[in-house]
Amino acid sequence: MRTRESTLWTWHLVAGAVILVLLGIHMFIMHLADFFGTVQGDVLEFSSVMERSLDATFAVMYVVLLAAALYHGLYGLRNIIFELSISERAERVISVLLVLAGVALFLVGAYGTLAVHSAQAGV
Amino acid sequence: MQGSEFKKNRLGLMGWLSGGRYGVERYAYTLHRLTGLAILAYFILHIFVTSARVLGEEAWNTVMGFLNSPAFKVGEFLVYLAFAYHALNGIRLVLTELGFFLGTPCQPVFPYSNSVKRQRPVLVVVMIVAAVVVLLGGVDFLRAFPGE
Ligand code: HEM
Repeated sequence: MRTRESTLWTWHLVAGAVILVLLGIHMFIMHLADFFGTVQGDVLEFSSVMERSLDATFAVMYVVLLAAALYHGLYGLRNIIFELSISERAERVISVLLVLAGVALFLVGAYGTLAVHSAQAGV
Repeated sequence: MQGSEFKKNRLGLMGWLSGGRYGVERYAYTLHRLTGLAILAYFILHIFVTSARVLGEEAWNTVMGFLNSPAFKVGEFLVYLAFAYHALNGIRLVLTELGFFLGTPCQPVFPYSNSVKRQRPVLVVVMIVAAVVVLLGGVDFLRAFPGE
């Protein structure tokens, strides 16, 4: 069974909307919050980074953003490659490789975000 | 559509880069593509770099120390520029792709109008917003340099 191309593309747009909100919040905190005086101190200080990592809301936001951005970015890359008029076989190989890359990167990123939780819990 | 005969790209790289007789939106598209790829490359590195937190405070500080140089700050600002452009232009793309701001079909009578022209004010508006986002963020990046 093949997923229809229009379905994949619709998810690309949906992911874009999700990223807009979550990456907007992320960029605000990392680069603008200081300017507006809502956050004080260095946001890249280890303690500051850990404070956000251990906050359940942030952790969930990070993992959702990770998934959405990987899907959106890798699907976009797939679109660009497919426009080069490659064979159907090459298209299938590239799709599989991109899915594998996406899953691997998701696992790395999710581990990076969530491992500190189990470390805190002493697991 | 499957099969390669349907989508032969005869213009090669120029088909990608040149605006031809299309308007400014054609360059907006090229920039959207470049910024999308740039952000993707940054994002993949970003996943690994920020995962350094699981190795503890010392590892984190080593990585952050390495990245805390003017060259990296300039690079990060370029990524921020790419983000501002891609995000705001992306909003325009989603809106027009869903059919907003394109108007309804009409007769080709003088003065000619078309859907590309009708959505153009949206391009201007989102680019102004992008410029504001860049200016606000620029303050943060400037502080990374000595003397600020
Ligand atoms: C800030 C929120 C974002 C929005 C609103 C957004 C929106 C969009 C839209 C509307 C498209 C074009 C879809 C089409 O016309 O078929 C697109 C393409 C793309 N985006 Fe994003 N995007 C965002 C963030 C990102 C991020 C974070 C990445 C990287 C991880 C990314 C990578 C790409 C790539 C590689 C393309 C394909 C470009 C092309 O086909 O020419 N985008 N984006």
